[in-house]
Amino acid sequence: MAEVSLARAEPAVAQRVRGLVGAVWFLPLAVFSLIFLFLPSIGLFVGSVAGSHGATLTYYAQLFQAQYLDAYKVSVELSAATAIIGAFAGLVLAWAVVGGGLPRVLRPFTLTFSGVASNFAGIPLAFAFTSTLGPVGLVTVFLKSLHINLYAAGFSLFGFWGLVITYLYFQIPLMVLLIVPALDHLHTWREAATNLGATPFQFWRFVGLPILRLPLLGALMLLFGNSFGAYATAYALTSGMINLVPILIGQELSGNVVFSPSLADAMAVGMVLIMVAIFVVYLVANRRSVRWQS
Amino acid sequence: MKRLSVGSWLVGIVALLYFIVPLVATAQFSFQEGPGQPFWAAYTSILESAQFWQSLRLSLGMALAAVVIGLIVVVPAAYWAYLRVPQLKPWIEFVSILPFVVPPIVLVLGLVRLYASGFGPLSARVTMLMGAYGVVSLPYMFRSIDTGLRSMNVKALTEAALGMGASWTRIMFQVVLPNIRQSLLGGAFLTFALIMGEYAISSMLGFNTFGVYMLLTGQTQAQGAAALAIIAFILVWFFVAIMQWVSRNSITTIGGSR
Repeated sequence: MAEVSLARAEPAVAQRVRGLVGAVWFLPLAVFSLIFLFLPSIGLFVGSVAGSHGATLTYYAQLFQAQYLDAYKVSVELSAATAIIGAFAGLVLAWAVVGGGLPRVLRPFTLTFSGVASNFAGIPLAFAFTSTLGPVGLVTVFLKSLHINLYAAGFSLFGFWGLVITYLYFQIPLMVLLIVPALDHLHTWREAATNLGATPFQFWRFVGLPILRLPLLGALMLLFGNSFGAYATAYALTSGMINLVPILIGQELSGNVVFSPSLADAMAVGMVLIMVAIFVVYLVANRRSVRWQS
Repeated sequence: MKRLSVGSWLVGIVALLYFIVPLVATAQFSFQEGPGQPFWAAYTSILESAQFWQSLRLSLGMALAAVVIGLIVVVPAAYWAYLRVPQLKPWIEFVSILPFVVPPIVLVLGLVRLYASGFGPLSARVTMLMGAYGVVSLPYMFRSIDTGLRSMNVKALTEAALGMGASWTRIMFQVVLPNIRQSLLGGAFLTFALIMGEYAISSMLGFNTFGVYMLLTGQTQAQGAAALAIIAFILVWFFVAIMQWVSRNSITTIGGSR
Protein backbone atom coordinates (compact mmCIF):
# COMPACT_ATOMS: atom_id res chain seq x y z
CA MET A 1 0.00 0.00 0.00
CA ALA A 2 2.78 2.35 1.01
CA GLU A 3 4.56 1.70 -2.25
CA VAL A 4 1.52 2.59 -4.33
CA SER A 5 0.96 5.94 -2.63
CA LEU A 6 4.67 6.61 -2.93
CA ALA A 7 4.48 5.95 -6.64
CA ARG A 8 1.81 8.59 -7.07
CA ALA A 9 3.68 11.17 -5.06
CA GLU A 10 7.24 10.59 -6.23
CA PRO A 11 7.62 8.70 -9.53
CA ALA A 12 11.43 8.99 -9.43
CA VAL A 13 11.69 7.40 -5.99
CA ALA A 14 9.23 4.70 -6.97
CA GLN A 15 11.33 3.89 -10.00
CA ARG A 16 14.39 3.59 -7.80
CA VAL A 17 12.48 1.24 -5.48
CA ARG A 18 11.34 -0.88 -8.41
CA GLY A 19 14.89 -1.02 -9.68
CA LEU A 20 16.10 -2.25 -6.31
CA VAL A 21 13.37 -4.88 -6.19
CA GLY A 22 14.49 -5.98 -9.64
CA ALA A 23 18.07 -6.26 -8.45
CA VAL A 24 16.97 -9.05 -6.13
CA TRP A 25 16.77 -11.33 -9.18
CA PHE A 26 20.48 -10.90 -9.80
CA LEU A 27 21.45 -11.40 -6.18
CA PRO A 28 21.95 -15.21 -6.25
CA LEU A 29 24.32 -15.06 -9.23
CA ALA A 30 26.17 -12.07 -7.81
CA VAL A 31 26.59 -13.58 -4.34
CA PHE A 32 27.51 -17.04 -5.61
CA SER A 33 30.11 -15.85 -8.11
CA LEU A 34 31.51 -13.42 -5.56
CA ILE A 35 31.97 -16.10 -2.87
CA PHE A 36 33.12 -18.98 -5.02
CA LEU A 37 34.86 -17.33 -7.94
CA PHE A 38 35.84 -13.68 -7.48
CA LEU A 39 36.91 -13.59 -3.83
CA PRO A 40 39.06 -16.76 -4.07
CA SER A 41 40.74 -15.38 -7.20
CA ILE A 42 41.35 -12.01 -5.54
CA GLY A 43 42.59 -13.88 -2.47
CA LEU A 44 45.19 -15.69 -4.59
CA PHE A 45 46.36 -12.41 -6.04
CA VAL A 46 46.61 -10.80 -2.59
CA GLY A 47 48.45 -13.86 -1.27
CA SER A 48 50.91 -13.71 -4.14
CA VAL A 49 51.95 -10.11 -3.48
CA ALA A 50 51.71 -10.06 0.33
CA GLY A 51 55.16 -10.08 1.88
CA SER A 52 56.03 -9.75 5.54
CA HIS A 53 56.65 -6.02 5.02
CA GLY A 54 53.88 -4.92 2.70
CA ALA A 55 53.44 -5.66 -1.00
CA THR A 56 56.22 -7.50 -2.78
CA LEU A 57 56.97 -8.99 -6.17
CA THR A 58 59.46 -11.48 -4.73
CA TYR A 59 57.28 -14.47 -5.52
CA TYR A 60 56.81 -13.45 -9.12
CA ALA A 61 60.56 -13.05 -9.39
CA GLN A 62 60.93 -16.57 -8.00
CA LEU A 63 58.74 -17.88 -10.84
CA PHE A 64 61.71 -17.18 -13.09
CA GLN A 65 63.85 -19.77 -11.31
CA ALA A 66 64.71 -22.68 -13.57
CA GLN A 67 62.28 -25.25 -12.14
CA TYR A 68 59.19 -23.03 -12.25
CA LEU A 69 60.07 -21.44 -15.54
CA ASP A 70 60.48 -24.93 -16.96
CA ALA A 71 57.03 -25.90 -15.63
CA TYR A 72 55.48 -22.97 -17.48
CA LYS A 73 57.47 -23.82 -20.58
CA VAL A 74 56.38 -27.46 -20.58
CA SER A 75 52.76 -26.49 -19.84
CA VAL A 76 52.68 -24.02 -22.70
CA GLU A 77 54.45 -26.41 -25.09
CA LEU A 78 52.11 -29.25 -24.21
CA SER A 79 49.04 -27.06 -24.68
CA ALA A 80 50.36 -25.56 -27.92
CA ALA A 81 51.31 -28.95 -29.36
CA THR A 82 47.95 -30.57 -28.51
CA ALA A 83 46.04 -27.49 -29.68
CA ILE A 84 47.82 -27.22 -33.04
CA ILE A 85 47.85 -30.94 -33.83
CA GLY A 86 44.34 -31.36 -32.46
CA ALA A 87 43.01 -28.42 -34.45
CA PHE A 88 44.57 -29.64 -37.69
CA ALA A 89 43.50 -33.27 -37.24
CA GLY A 90 40.04 -32.22 -36.07
CA LEU A 91 39.61 -29.90 -39.05
CA VAL A 92 40.64 -32.60 -41.54
CA LEU A 93 38.39 -35.17 -39.87
CA ALA A 94 35.44 -32.78 -39.70
CA TRP A 95 35.86 -31.84 -43.36
CA ALA A 96 36.03 -35.51 -44.37
CA VAL A 97 32.73 -36.12 -42.59
CA VAL A 98 30.92 -32.85 -43.37
CA GLY A 99 32.42 -32.01 -46.76
CA GLY A 100 30.86 -35.00 -48.49
CA GLY A 101 33.90 -37.25 -48.87
CA LEU A 102 32.43 -39.85 -46.53
CA PRO A 103 28.89 -41.32 -46.41
CA ARG A 104 26.39 -38.99 -44.74
CA VAL A 105 25.34 -41.62 -42.20
CA LEU A 106 28.72 -41.15 -40.51
CA ARG A 107 27.90 -37.57 -39.57
CA PRO A 108 25.56 -38.12 -36.58
CA PHE A 109 27.75 -40.95 -35.37
CA THR A 110 30.88 -38.78 -35.54
CA LEU A 111 29.18 -35.93 -33.69
CA THR A 112 27.86 -38.17 -30.91
CA PHE A 113 31.19 -39.93 -30.56
CA SER A 114 32.95 -36.55 -30.45
CA GLY A 115 30.65 -35.45 -27.66
CA VAL A 116 31.53 -38.58 -25.71
CA ALA A 117 35.26 -38.60 -26.40
CA SER A 118 35.69 -34.90 -25.61
CA ASN A 119 34.21 -35.65 -22.19
CA PHE A 120 36.10 -38.92 -21.72
CA ALA A 121 39.12 -37.49 -19.96
CA GLY A 122 41.07 -37.56 -16.76
CA ILE A 123 41.67 -40.78 -14.83
CA PRO A 124 39.84 -43.28 -17.12
CA LEU A 125 41.52 -41.83 -20.21
CA ALA A 126 44.93 -42.31 -18.59
CA PHE A 127 44.01 -45.93 -17.83
CA ALA A 128 42.83 -46.53 -21.39
CA PHE A 129 46.09 -45.27 -22.86
CA THR A 130 48.15 -47.25 -20.35
CA SER A 131 46.37 -50.36 -21.63
CA THR A 132 47.15 -49.27 -25.19
CA LEU A 133 50.59 -47.68 -25.29
CA GLY A 134 51.97 -48.42 -21.82
CA PRO A 135 55.03 -50.67 -21.48
CA VAL A 136 52.79 -53.78 -21.71
CA GLY A 137 49.95 -52.14 -23.65
CA LEU A 138 48.26 -53.90 -26.55
CA VAL A 139 49.79 -51.72 -29.28
CA THR A 140 53.25 -51.73 -27.68
CA VAL A 141 53.24 -55.53 -27.51
CA PHE A 142 51.84 -55.85 -31.03
CA LEU A 143 54.53 -53.57 -32.45
CA LYS A 144 57.17 -55.50 -30.54
CA SER A 145 56.04 -58.66 -32.34
CA LEU A 146 56.79 -56.75 -35.56
CA HIS A 147 60.23 -55.95 -34.12
CA ILE A 148 59.36 -52.33 -33.49
CA ASN A 149 60.32 -51.56 -29.92
CA LEU A 150 58.72 -48.23 -29.00
CA TYR A 151 60.26 -47.95 -25.57
CA ALA A 152 63.73 -48.90 -26.76
CA ALA A 153 63.36 -46.20 -29.41
CA GLY A 154 62.92 -43.62 -26.68
CA PHE A 155 59.13 -43.28 -26.61
CA SER A 156 57.39 -43.24 -23.28
CA LEU A 157 53.68 -42.83 -22.65
CA PHE A 158 54.63 -41.06 -19.44
CA GLY A 159 56.69 -38.37 -21.17
CA PHE A 160 55.82 -35.31 -23.22
CA TRP A 161 54.77 -37.01 -26.47
CA GLY A 162 52.90 -39.71 -24.58
CA LEU A 163 50.86 -36.97 -22.96
CA VAL A 164 50.32 -35.32 -26.35
CA ILE A 165 48.97 -38.54 -27.88
CA THR A 166 46.69 -39.03 -24.88
CA TYR A 167 45.41 -35.45 -24.78
CA LEU A 168 44.56 -35.63 -28.49
CA TYR A 169 41.87 -38.15 -27.59
CA PHE A 170 39.80 -35.29 -26.19
CA GLN A 171 41.31 -32.42 -28.19
CA ILE A 172 40.49 -33.76 -31.69
CA PRO A 173 36.80 -34.46 -30.86
CA LEU A 174 36.51 -31.04 -29.25
CA MET A 175 37.84 -29.49 -32.45
CA VAL A 176 35.34 -31.47 -34.51
CA LEU A 177 32.47 -30.17 -32.39
CA LEU A 178 33.77 -26.60 -32.51
CA ILE A 179 34.42 -26.44 -36.24
CA VAL A 180 31.51 -28.41 -37.74
CA PRO A 181 29.11 -25.43 -37.58
CA ALA A 182 31.63 -23.26 -39.49
CA LEU A 183 32.20 -26.05 -42.02
CA ASP A 184 28.47 -26.47 -42.58
CA HIS A 185 28.45 -22.80 -43.44
CA LEU A 186 31.45 -23.31 -45.75
CA HIS A 187 29.72 -26.11 -47.63
CA THR A 188 27.35 -23.73 -49.40
CA TRP A 189 30.28 -21.48 -50.32
CA ARG A 190 32.05 -24.38 -51.93
CA GLU A 191 29.05 -25.19 -54.10
CA ALA A 192 28.93 -21.57 -55.22
CA ALA A 193 32.67 -21.47 -55.92
CA THR A 194 32.63 -24.78 -57.80
CA ASN A 195 29.71 -23.64 -59.93
CA LEU A 196 31.70 -20.56 -60.86
CA GLY A 197 34.55 -22.82 -61.96
CA ALA A 198 36.94 -22.58 -59.02
CA THR A 199 39.47 -25.38 -58.55
CA PRO A 200 39.75 -26.92 -55.07
CA PHE A 201 43.00 -24.99 -54.57
CA GLN A 202 41.40 -21.72 -55.59
CA PHE A 203 38.44 -22.43 -53.34
CA TRP A 204 40.62 -23.01 -50.27
CA ARG A 205 43.04 -20.19 -51.07
CA PHE A 206 40.49 -17.47 -51.78
CA VAL A 207 37.30 -18.58 -50.03
CA GLY A 208 37.69 -21.43 -47.55
CA LEU A 209 40.64 -20.36 -45.45
CA PRO A 210 39.74 -16.66 -45.30
CA ILE A 211 36.29 -17.61 -44.00
CA LEU A 212 37.68 -20.15 -41.56
CA ARG A 213 40.51 -17.96 -40.29
CA LEU A 214 38.68 -16.52 -37.31
CA PRO A 215 36.74 -19.65 -36.28
CA LEU A 216 40.04 -21.55 -36.48
CA LEU A 217 41.79 -19.00 -34.29
CA GLY A 218 38.96 -19.14 -31.74
CA ALA A 219 39.00 -22.94 -31.70
CA LEU A 220 42.79 -22.98 -31.28
CA MET A 221 42.45 -20.77 -28.20
CA LEU A 222 39.78 -23.00 -26.66
CA LEU A 223 41.88 -26.09 -27.30
CA PHE A 224 44.91 -24.45 -25.74
CA GLY A 225 42.98 -23.47 -22.63
CA ASN A 226 41.38 -26.90 -22.46
CA SER A 227 44.77 -28.54 -22.18
CA PHE A 228 46.48 -25.81 -20.16
CA GLY A 229 44.30 -26.31 -17.09
CA ALA A 230 44.21 -30.11 -17.36
CA TYR A 231 45.38 -31.88 -14.23
CA ALA A 232 43.90 -35.35 -13.78
CA THR A 233 45.10 -36.93 -17.03
CA ALA A 234 48.68 -35.78 -16.59
CA TYR A 235 48.71 -36.67 -12.91
CA ALA A 236 47.36 -40.18 -13.44
CA LEU A 237 49.65 -40.91 -16.39
CA THR A 238 52.89 -39.69 -14.87
CA SER A 239 52.05 -40.25 -11.16
CA GLY A 240 52.65 -36.53 -10.77
CA MET A 241 56.22 -36.79 -12.04
CA ILE A 242 55.96 -34.36 -14.95
CA ASN A 243 56.85 -30.73 -14.42
CA LEU A 244 53.60 -28.92 -15.24
CA VAL A 245 52.20 -25.86 -13.49
CA PRO A 246 48.93 -27.56 -12.40
CA ILE A 247 50.92 -30.51 -11.02
CA LEU A 248 53.18 -28.18 -9.01
CA ILE A 249 50.17 -26.35 -7.59
CA GLY A 250 48.61 -29.70 -6.72
CA GLN A 251 51.78 -30.78 -4.92
CA GLU A 252 51.77 -27.67 -2.80
CA LEU A 253 48.07 -28.02 -2.04
CA SER A 254 48.28 -31.67 -1.00
CA GLY A 255 51.32 -30.91 1.15
CA ASN A 256 53.68 -33.29 -0.67
CA VAL A 257 56.28 -30.62 -1.24
CA VAL A 258 56.86 -27.70 1.01
CA PHE A 259 57.50 -24.51 -0.82
CA SER A 260 56.16 -21.14 0.08
CA PRO A 261 52.34 -20.92 -0.20
CA SER A 262 52.75 -17.47 -1.69
CA LEU A 263 54.81 -18.98 -4.49
CA ALA A 264 51.93 -21.36 -5.31
CA ASP A 265 49.59 -18.36 -5.30
CA ALA A 266 51.86 -16.54 -7.73
CA MET A 267 51.99 -19.64 -9.94
CA ALA A 268 48.20 -19.83 -9.94
CA VAL A 269 47.87 -16.13 -10.78
CA GLY A 270 50.31 -16.68 -13.63
CA MET A 271 48.07 -19.45 -14.97
CA VAL A 272 44.99 -17.25 -14.75
CA LEU A 273 46.78 -14.42 -16.56
CA ILE A 274 47.71 -16.75 -19.44
CA MET A 275 44.13 -18.05 -19.55
CA VAL A 276 42.79 -14.48 -19.62
CA ALA A 277 45.04 -13.62 -22.56
CA ILE A 278 43.91 -16.76 -24.42
CA PHE A 279 40.29 -16.00 -23.63
CA VAL A 280 40.47 -12.40 -24.82
CA VAL A 281 41.84 -13.54 -28.19
CA TYR A 282 39.04 -16.12 -28.35
CA LEU A 283 36.33 -13.54 -27.58
CA VAL A 284 37.63 -11.11 -30.18
CA ALA A 285 37.94 -13.83 -32.84
CA ASN A 286 34.51 -15.20 -32.00
CA ARG A 287 32.83 -11.80 -32.07
CA ARG A 288 34.37 -10.82 -35.39
CA SER A 289 33.51 -14.10 -37.06
CA VAL A 290 29.92 -13.90 -35.85
CA ARG A 291 29.63 -10.35 -37.13
CA TRP A 292 31.14 -11.31 -40.46
CA GLN A 293 28.82 -14.24 -41.01
CA SER A 294 25.59 -12.46 -40.21
CA MET B 1 36.35 -35.36 -56.73
CA LYS B 2 37.54 -38.96 -56.85
CA ARG B 3 40.86 -38.11 -55.24
CA LEU B 4 39.18 -36.13 -52.50
CA SER B 5 37.00 -39.09 -51.69
CA VAL B 6 39.99 -41.44 -51.38
CA GLY B 7 41.65 -38.93 -49.08
CA SER B 8 38.50 -38.71 -46.97
CA TRP B 9 38.36 -42.48 -46.59
CA LEU B 10 41.98 -42.52 -45.53
CA VAL B 11 41.30 -39.82 -42.92
CA GLY B 12 38.24 -41.73 -41.73
CA ILE B 13 40.14 -44.98 -41.35
CA VAL B 14 43.07 -43.40 -39.48
CA ALA B 15 40.63 -41.59 -37.16
CA LEU B 16 38.68 -44.79 -36.58
CA LEU B 17 41.89 -46.60 -35.64
CA TYR B 18 43.04 -43.85 -33.29
CA PHE B 19 39.71 -43.69 -31.49
CA ILE B 20 38.78 -47.38 -31.48
CA VAL B 21 42.11 -49.08 -30.74
CA PRO B 22 42.47 -47.63 -27.20
CA LEU B 23 38.95 -48.79 -26.38
CA VAL B 24 39.61 -52.26 -27.79
CA ALA B 25 42.95 -52.47 -25.98
CA THR B 26 41.36 -51.39 -22.72
CA ALA B 27 38.50 -53.87 -23.08
CA GLN B 28 40.94 -56.64 -23.98
CA PHE B 29 43.11 -55.81 -20.97
CA SER B 30 40.13 -55.73 -18.63
CA PHE B 31 39.13 -59.24 -19.80
CA GLN B 32 42.52 -60.82 -19.14
CA GLU B 33 41.61 -63.51 -16.66
CA GLY B 34 43.58 -64.30 -13.56
CA PRO B 35 44.27 -67.96 -12.72
CA GLY B 36 41.01 -69.86 -12.22
CA GLN B 37 38.79 -66.82 -12.75
CA PRO B 38 36.20 -66.03 -15.40
CA PHE B 39 37.15 -63.33 -17.91
CA TRP B 40 34.69 -60.85 -16.40
CA ALA B 41 36.23 -61.13 -12.93
CA ALA B 42 37.55 -57.55 -12.94
CA TYR B 43 34.03 -56.24 -13.57
CA THR B 44 32.30 -58.32 -10.89
CA SER B 45 34.88 -57.34 -8.29
CA ILE B 46 34.27 -53.66 -9.09
CA LEU B 47 30.50 -53.86 -9.28
CA GLU B 48 30.42 -55.78 -6.01
CA SER B 49 32.60 -53.31 -4.14
CA ALA B 50 30.75 -50.94 -1.84
CA GLN B 51 33.29 -48.19 -2.51
CA PHE B 52 32.41 -48.17 -6.21
CA TRP B 53 28.76 -47.44 -5.50
CA GLN B 54 29.51 -45.02 -2.66
CA SER B 55 31.91 -42.97 -4.76
CA LEU B 56 29.63 -42.99 -7.79
CA ARG B 57 26.70 -41.91 -5.61
CA LEU B 58 28.80 -39.11 -4.10
CA SER B 59 29.90 -37.86 -7.53
CA LEU B 60 26.41 -37.96 -9.01
CA GLY B 61 24.98 -36.32 -5.89
CA MET B 62 27.52 -33.52 -6.21
CA ALA B 63 26.70 -33.19 -9.92
CA LEU B 64 23.03 -32.86 -8.96
CA ALA B 65 23.99 -30.19 -6.43
CA ALA B 66 25.87 -28.33 -9.18
CA VAL B 67 22.77 -28.47 -11.39
CA VAL B 68 20.57 -27.13 -8.56
CA ILE B 69 23.07 -24.34 -7.86
CA GLY B 70 23.07 -23.48 -11.56
CA LEU B 71 19.26 -23.34 -11.51
CA ILE B 72 19.10 -21.12 -8.45
CA VAL B 73 21.73 -18.63 -9.54
CA VAL B 74 21.27 -18.49 -13.32
CA VAL B 75 17.52 -18.83 -13.90
CA PRO B 76 16.39 -15.74 -11.92
CA ALA B 77 19.14 -13.52 -13.32
CA ALA B 78 18.74 -14.65 -16.93
CA TYR B 79 14.94 -14.54 -16.71
CA TRP B 80 14.87 -11.02 -15.32
CA ALA B 81 17.38 -9.86 -17.91
CA TYR B 82 15.17 -11.27 -20.68
CA LEU B 83 12.07 -9.69 -19.14
CA ARG B 84 13.16 -6.23 -18.05
CA VAL B 85 16.85 -5.40 -18.46
CA PRO B 86 18.18 -6.82 -21.73
CA GLN B 87 21.22 -4.56 -21.46
CA LEU B 88 22.44 -6.74 -18.58
CA LYS B 89 22.37 -9.92 -20.68
CA PRO B 90 25.99 -9.66 -21.91
CA TRP B 91 27.15 -9.19 -18.33
CA ILE B 92 25.39 -12.29 -17.09
CA GLU B 93 26.88 -14.21 -19.98
CA PHE B 94 30.31 -12.80 -19.19
CA VAL B 95 30.15 -13.83 -15.52
CA SER B 96 28.85 -17.26 -16.52
CA ILE B 97 31.74 -18.04 -18.83
CA LEU B 98 34.40 -16.57 -16.55
CA PRO B 99 35.02 -19.92 -14.79
CA PHE B 100 36.76 -20.93 -17.99
CA VAL B 101 39.75 -18.72 -17.17
CA VAL B 102 40.19 -20.22 -13.70
CA PRO B 103 41.41 -23.84 -14.04
CA PRO B 104 39.93 -26.27 -11.46
CA ILE B 105 43.24 -26.68 -9.65
CA VAL B 106 43.52 -22.89 -9.27
CA LEU B 107 39.91 -22.63 -8.15
CA VAL B 108 40.37 -25.20 -5.40
CA LEU B 109 43.62 -23.54 -4.32
CA GLY B 110 41.82 -20.22 -4.02
CA LEU B 111 38.92 -21.72 -2.07
CA VAL B 112 41.18 -23.57 0.37
CA ARG B 113 43.42 -20.52 0.91
CA LEU B 114 40.51 -18.22 1.61
CA TYR B 115 38.00 -20.34 3.47
CA ALA B 116 40.07 -23.12 5.11
CA SER B 117 39.11 -21.98 8.57
CA GLY B 118 37.04 -19.42 10.40
CA PHE B 119 34.25 -18.92 7.88
CA GLY B 120 31.61 -21.14 9.48
CA PRO B 121 29.67 -23.17 6.92
CA LEU B 122 31.89 -21.85 4.12
CA SER B 123 34.83 -23.61 5.73
CA ALA B 124 33.12 -26.99 5.46
CA ARG B 125 34.87 -29.01 2.77
CA VAL B 126 31.55 -30.13 1.33
CA THR B 127 30.49 -26.51 0.81
CA MET B 128 33.72 -25.84 -1.05
CA LEU B 129 33.23 -28.96 -3.18
CA MET B 130 29.64 -28.06 -4.10
CA GLY B 131 30.61 -24.44 -4.75
CA ALA B 132 33.54 -25.44 -6.95
CA TYR B 133 31.38 -27.85 -8.95
CA GLY B 134 28.75 -25.15 -9.27
CA VAL B 135 31.40 -22.83 -10.68
CA VAL B 136 32.82 -25.45 -13.07
CA SER B 137 29.39 -26.24 -14.53
CA LEU B 138 28.20 -22.62 -14.58
CA PRO B 139 29.08 -21.98 -18.26
CA TYR B 140 27.12 -25.01 -19.43
CA MET B 141 24.15 -24.39 -17.16
CA PHE B 142 24.07 -20.81 -18.42
CA ARG B 143 24.24 -21.88 -22.04
CA SER B 144 21.37 -24.34 -21.71
CA ILE B 145 19.17 -21.95 -19.69
CA ASP B 146 19.88 -19.15 -22.17
CA THR B 147 18.90 -21.42 -25.07
CA GLY B 148 15.68 -22.33 -23.28
CA LEU B 149 14.72 -18.73 -22.50
CA ARG B 150 15.48 -17.60 -26.03
CA SER B 151 13.11 -20.18 -27.49
CA MET B 152 10.17 -19.16 -25.28
CA ASN B 153 8.38 -15.83 -25.38
CA VAL B 154 9.39 -14.60 -21.94
CA LYS B 155 7.62 -11.24 -22.10
CA ALA B 156 4.27 -12.37 -23.48
CA LEU B 157 3.99 -15.39 -21.21
CA THR B 158 4.95 -13.41 -18.10
CA GLU B 159 2.54 -10.59 -18.86
CA ALA B 160 -0.27 -13.05 -19.52
CA ALA B 161 0.41 -14.77 -16.21
CA LEU B 162 0.68 -11.47 -14.34
CA GLY B 163 -2.55 -10.28 -15.91
CA MET B 164 -4.31 -13.35 -14.59
CA GLY B 165 -2.99 -12.58 -11.12
CA ALA B 166 -0.24 -15.19 -10.83
CA SER B 167 2.44 -14.62 -8.21
CA TRP B 168 6.15 -14.54 -9.14
CA THR B 169 6.75 -17.92 -7.50
CA ARG B 170 3.93 -19.38 -9.50
CA ILE B 171 5.25 -17.84 -12.73
CA MET B 172 8.68 -19.30 -12.00
CA PHE B 173 7.47 -22.83 -11.31
CA GLN B 174 4.49 -23.09 -13.63
CA VAL B 175 5.50 -20.93 -16.58
CA VAL B 176 9.26 -20.46 -16.85
CA LEU B 177 10.69 -23.76 -15.64
CA PRO B 178 8.29 -26.00 -17.63
CA ASN B 179 9.09 -24.01 -20.75
CA ILE B 180 12.85 -24.37 -20.46
CA ARG B 181 12.64 -27.96 -19.17
CA GLN B 182 14.14 -29.50 -22.27
CA SER B 183 17.26 -27.40 -22.52
CA LEU B 184 17.66 -27.61 -18.74
CA LEU B 185 17.74 -31.40 -18.97
CA GLY B 186 20.41 -31.12 -21.64
CA GLY B 187 22.54 -28.92 -19.39
CA ALA B 188 21.94 -31.23 -16.44
CA PHE B 189 23.14 -34.35 -18.23
CA LEU B 190 26.15 -32.51 -19.58
CA THR B 191 27.00 -31.49 -16.02
CA PHE B 192 26.66 -35.13 -14.96
CA ALA B 193 29.12 -36.20 -17.65
CA LEU B 194 31.48 -33.39 -16.65
CA ILE B 195 31.44 -33.86 -12.88
CA MET B 196 31.21 -37.65 -12.75
CA GLY B 197 34.93 -38.35 -13.22
CA GLU B 198 36.24 -35.09 -11.76
CA TYR B 199 39.51 -35.58 -9.90
CA ALA B 200 41.55 -32.41 -9.21
CA ILE B 201 39.08 -30.57 -6.98
CA SER B 202 37.74 -33.53 -5.02
CA SER B 203 41.15 -35.10 -4.37
CA MET B 204 42.51 -31.81 -3.04
CA LEU B 205 39.51 -31.48 -0.74
CA GLY B 206 39.89 -35.09 0.40
CA PHE B 207 36.68 -36.61 -0.96
CA ASN B 208 36.35 -40.14 -2.28
CA THR B 209 34.53 -39.20 -5.45
CA PHE B 210 34.32 -41.54 -8.41
CA GLY B 211 37.44 -39.99 -9.95
CA VAL B 212 39.45 -40.46 -6.75
CA TYR B 213 38.13 -44.01 -6.35
CA MET B 214 39.17 -44.82 -9.92
CA LEU B 215 42.72 -43.60 -9.34
CA LEU B 216 43.10 -45.43 -6.02
CA THR B 217 41.73 -48.68 -7.47
CA GLY B 218 43.84 -48.38 -10.59
CA GLN B 219 47.02 -48.04 -8.56
CA THR B 220 46.56 -51.50 -7.08
CA GLN B 221 44.62 -53.45 -9.73
CA ALA B 222 45.75 -53.28 -13.33
CA GLN B 223 42.72 -55.13 -14.75
CA GLY B 224 40.45 -53.15 -12.45
CA ALA B 225 41.82 -49.92 -13.91
CA ALA B 226 41.00 -51.05 -17.43
CA ALA B 227 37.53 -52.23 -16.39
CA LEU B 228 36.88 -48.87 -14.69
CA ALA B 229 37.94 -47.02 -17.83
CA ILE B 230 35.38 -49.03 -19.82
CA ILE B 231 32.67 -48.44 -17.21
CA ALA B 232 33.45 -44.70 -17.17
CA PHE B 233 33.32 -44.59 -20.96
CA ILE B 234 29.89 -46.25 -20.95
CA LEU B 235 28.63 -43.82 -18.29
CA VAL B 236 29.90 -40.79 -20.23
CA TRP B 237 28.35 -42.18 -23.41
CA PHE B 238 25.06 -42.63 -21.56
CA PHE B 239 24.98 -39.05 -20.25
CA VAL B 240 26.14 -37.43 -23.48
CA ALA B 241 23.71 -39.47 -25.58
CA ILE B 242 20.80 -38.39 -23.36
CA MET B 243 22.05 -34.80 -23.45
CA GLN B 244 22.21 -34.77 -27.25
CA TRP B 245 18.89 -36.55 -27.58
CA VAL B 246 17.11 -34.18 -25.21
CA SER B 247 18.55 -30.89 -26.41
CA ARG B 248 19.14 -31.82 -30.07
CA ASN B 249 22.50 -30.12 -30.15
CA SER B 250 25.91 -30.88 -28.81
CA ILE B 251 27.26 -28.33 -26.38
CA THR B 252 31.03 -28.48 -26.20
CA THR B 253 32.72 -28.59 -22.83
CA ILE B 254 36.04 -27.02 -21.95
CA GLY B 255 38.20 -27.71 -18.92
CA GLY B 256 36.34 -29.52 -16.17
CA SER B 257 37.50 -33.02 -15.32
CA ARG B 258 40.56 -33.10 -17.55
